[in-house]
Amino acid sequence: MSSHQIPEENLPAEQEAPHGAVRVADEENPFADPGLPPHEPRVQDIDERAAKRSERTVALLFTVSMLATVGFIASFVTIPHDKSIFVFPLGHLNAMNFALGLTLGVALFTIGAGAVHWARTLMSDEEIADERHPIEASPEVRAKVHADFKQGAKESVIGRRKLIRNTMLGALTLVPLSGVVLLRDLGPLPGTKLRHTMWSKGKLLVNMNTNQPIRPSDVVVGSLSFAMPEGMSEHDENFQSEIAKAALMIVRLQPGDIKDKRELEWSHEGIVAYSKICTHVGCPISLYEQQTHHALCPCHQSTFDLSDGARVIFGPAGHALPQLRIGVNDEGYLEALGDFDEPVGPAFWERG
Amino acid sequence: MSTAPSTEARSRGKSPAGERVADWADGRLGIYSLAKANMRKIFPDHWSFMLGEVCMYSFIIIILTGVYLTLFFHPSMNEVTYHGSYVPMQGQLMSEAYASTLDISFDIRGGLLIRQIHHWAALIFLAGMFVHMMRVFFTGAFRKPREVNWLFGFLLFVLGMFTGFTGYSLPDDLLSGTGVRFTQGAILSVPIVGTYISMFLFGGEFPGHDFVARFYSIHILLLPGIMLGLMVAHLILVFYHKHTQFAGPGKTNKNVVGMPLMPVYMAKAGGFFFLVFGVIAAIAGIVTINPIWGIGPYRPDQVGTGAQPDWYMGFAEGLVRAMPGWEVNFWGHTLVLGVFIPLVVFGLFLAVIALYPFIESWVTGDKREHHILDRPRNAPTRTAVGVAWITGYLITLIGGGNDIVATHFHLSINAVTWFVRIGFFLGPVLAFVVTKRICLGLQRRDKEKVLHGREAGIIKRLPHGEFIEVHEPLSQEQLHTLTAHEQYRPVEIGPTVDENGVERKPAVTEKLRAKMSNAYFGEDSQIPKPTVEEYKEITSGHGHH
Repeated sequence: MSSHQIPEENLPAEQEAPHGAVRVADEENPFADPGLPPHEPRVQDIDERAAKRSERTVALLFTVSMLATVGFIASFVTIPHDKSIFVFPLGHLNAMNFALGLTLGVALFTIGAGAVHWARTLMSDEEIADERHPIEASPEVRAKVHADFKQGAKESVIGRRKLIRNTMLGALTLVPLSGVVLLRDLGPLPGTKLRHTMWSKGKLLVNMNTNQPIRPSDVVVGSLSFAMPEGMSEHDENFQSEIAKAALMIVRLQPGDIKDKRELEWSHEGIVAYSKICTHVGCPISLYEQQTHHALCPCHQSTFDLSDGARVIFGPAGHALPQLRIGVNDEGYLEALGDFDEPVGPAFWERG
Repeated sequence: MSTAPSTEARSRGKSPAGERVADWADGRLGIYSLAKANMRKIFPDHWSFMLGEVCMYSFIIIILTGVYLTLFFHPSMNEVTYHGSYVPMQGQLMSEAYASTLDISFDIRGGLLIRQIHHWAALIFLAGMFVHMMRVFFTGAFRKPREVNWLFGFLLFVLGMFTGFTGYSLPDDLLSGTGVRFTQGAILSVPIVGTYISMFLFGGEFPGHDFVARFYSIHILLLPGIMLGLMVAHLILVFYHKHTQFAGPGKTNKNVVGMPLMPVYMAKAGGFFFLVFGVIAAIAGIVTINPIWGIGPYRPDQVGTGAQPDWYMGFAEGLVRAMPGWEVNFWGHTLVLGVFIPLVVFGLFLAVIALYPFIESWVTGDKREHHILDRPRNAPTRTAVGVAWITGYLITLIGGGNDIVATHFHLSINAVTWFVRIGFFLGPVLAFVVTKRICLGLQRRDKEKVLHGREAGIIKRLPHGEFIEVHEPLSQEQLHTLTAHEQYRPVEIGPTVDENGVERKPAVTEKLRAKMSNAYFGEDSQIPKPTVEEYKEITSGHGHH
């Protein structure tokens, strides 16, 4: 199965005699390895003036680097850190960042360029062949290691004293458990945390922008506004985690446009409230197309039809957005008539 | 002790200071034995061997700049009101992590530059690893004895992805927070343990107060620590195995031809570090990356459009965007296939490329060491597999930016998504077929060149009026280079009847191996390379064909 004709040897030494690149092909094997081509001297190897020029170029590059470092320090000290400059064609840039980046870039680059130019023009460029040695050990070494190992294992009596071996394995298996147990307090158990939000019966819908409770007349047809439950404040300890579940989208449709029966029942005068958190992986849905009543999640483009129970009409989301049942309280403000009846946000194993 | 004074006295008197220091160190560290093997170590020259260096140097740059950033960054989600010098954010509520990132960008001189170098170097690090892996893959440099080093490199790539992700999540800005939310949603989709992992990772419900601090220790300590270890091991193995080289005159499987570490490669490779660093510093001075000040602090109920992860996470993003939203509900449980399948495919897709060397060596049954690189055309099936993999990767990458593609090219997002859904399966197959054909075509051309010479571009008119194009024979160097590759013969299933006439059923694995071997090395998968006899027959015929 394996191959054949791997040219493994260098050709005989006489073929390596340094003369013209093209040699007459060997009679036996025209494809034979002709050996390393002879070294061709560079201009710097022959002409001392060219070598001097290279030397000056390298020195110049290193000198430019020194100057650039001086430039870096000068920029750091002199440029006000909030100064903005216009650089064509890049546009407006922070002057200090621009100056520091360029001077540092030049200071570093010219060191590299100098070193590489030095290596390419002045250091010997003669190719040398180095022998490789097989990675695997020789049979003698292999045998010796195996014998040593057997000897060591025998002297440890681990093979004979099974009780020691078994209890040691038991102990070593158990001891990492302490480490695992210690990780327990990384977080609480899920419990039913993902099933509840801050919404409950009688909680007013508060406009996210104005922080005011909402009257049905505030919500015009075709608008999209965002609400949170009353009593929540940005300064609350758990505001971020709570708003991640409670964020609400309010849309007013013509009641006649609502196709889903339950949606109509849970709405108030065509005002419907849906969870703002996408059921795919939890991005906040924030794009609404009033003509089609489609809401689009900008992260992964799941599209929901808000006039039809917020069912998924495109994209990777797996189920409709949960709807919040709303009504109006005695003072004429929109209020929740309970929590969401299903978990908001991405689906999970226990969701059911 | 008794002999020491005389030699020490001598060395003190005569040898230069550098030599005395080296002697001192050798007496304690044994550096001379190390230097004997390595100081004049030979490195072969090829531009593609620099790709690994780009990775190593950008990793060093990331560590250097990262240490600087830790001096100023506060990995805390405590809520603060911003009072720094960036006017549009003044008075805003934000986490300390975000506020300290603003401070690094606006109030600490040079802070923005270092932040941008750090981020640019990370992108280049990942891109470098990707291209370096491609180089190793397509030239077959992963073959024995380098399979383990391929795995080390692969792990570096995967850990690099996660280090990058935990890093860009730290500023707690709106964009990265959205990415973290995405990750949390993906974790929730894991059957049975998803909610537990999520609660334990975030210290409760998302986002909680812990993830920045936890990601921080993962980002600056855990992952880079492992990566540093892997990188050192990777380099030790590169030194130990010595570099591979392309076939050519004087280059064999038993030697390595090139120039010595000292001085040529010290200057070239050392200088290259400064070139890489210089270019990245200049880019960081000119091109803004991740302007978190324009995005705002994270709020789980807010989002921006065009949310994109860093490029190396784009293919995971694409898998999630393209997947239909399948959910299966049963016995009070939900199987979130729409998210979990992409998560699994993400792992499998990467695993395929990690395990490829072992698959190939099983098919070839080749247990020899390989130090001469293949030209990609001479391993058509491998090359085609690689291109198919990259095609799948790129198509999902497009899927990861389906919104950007749609808005930039005025396409329907639904159409782009459907393109990705179909293309993910069809694209790799097409790429496989096309690549294989191109490889075979190139092999034919090589054969033609060996047997008939190079087209000289000279048209000659013969005495009887016929026009011919002159073909120039190749030099022996070229002939050798073009015929140096080895060609496998497909494995065949052994006799199904043994010496006693008893029928034997070939094992399923044996059949599979024969099939795969035929796909790799059968008649349709490689062009037999020119033989000496063919060459002699044609060249002795003293005619041009």
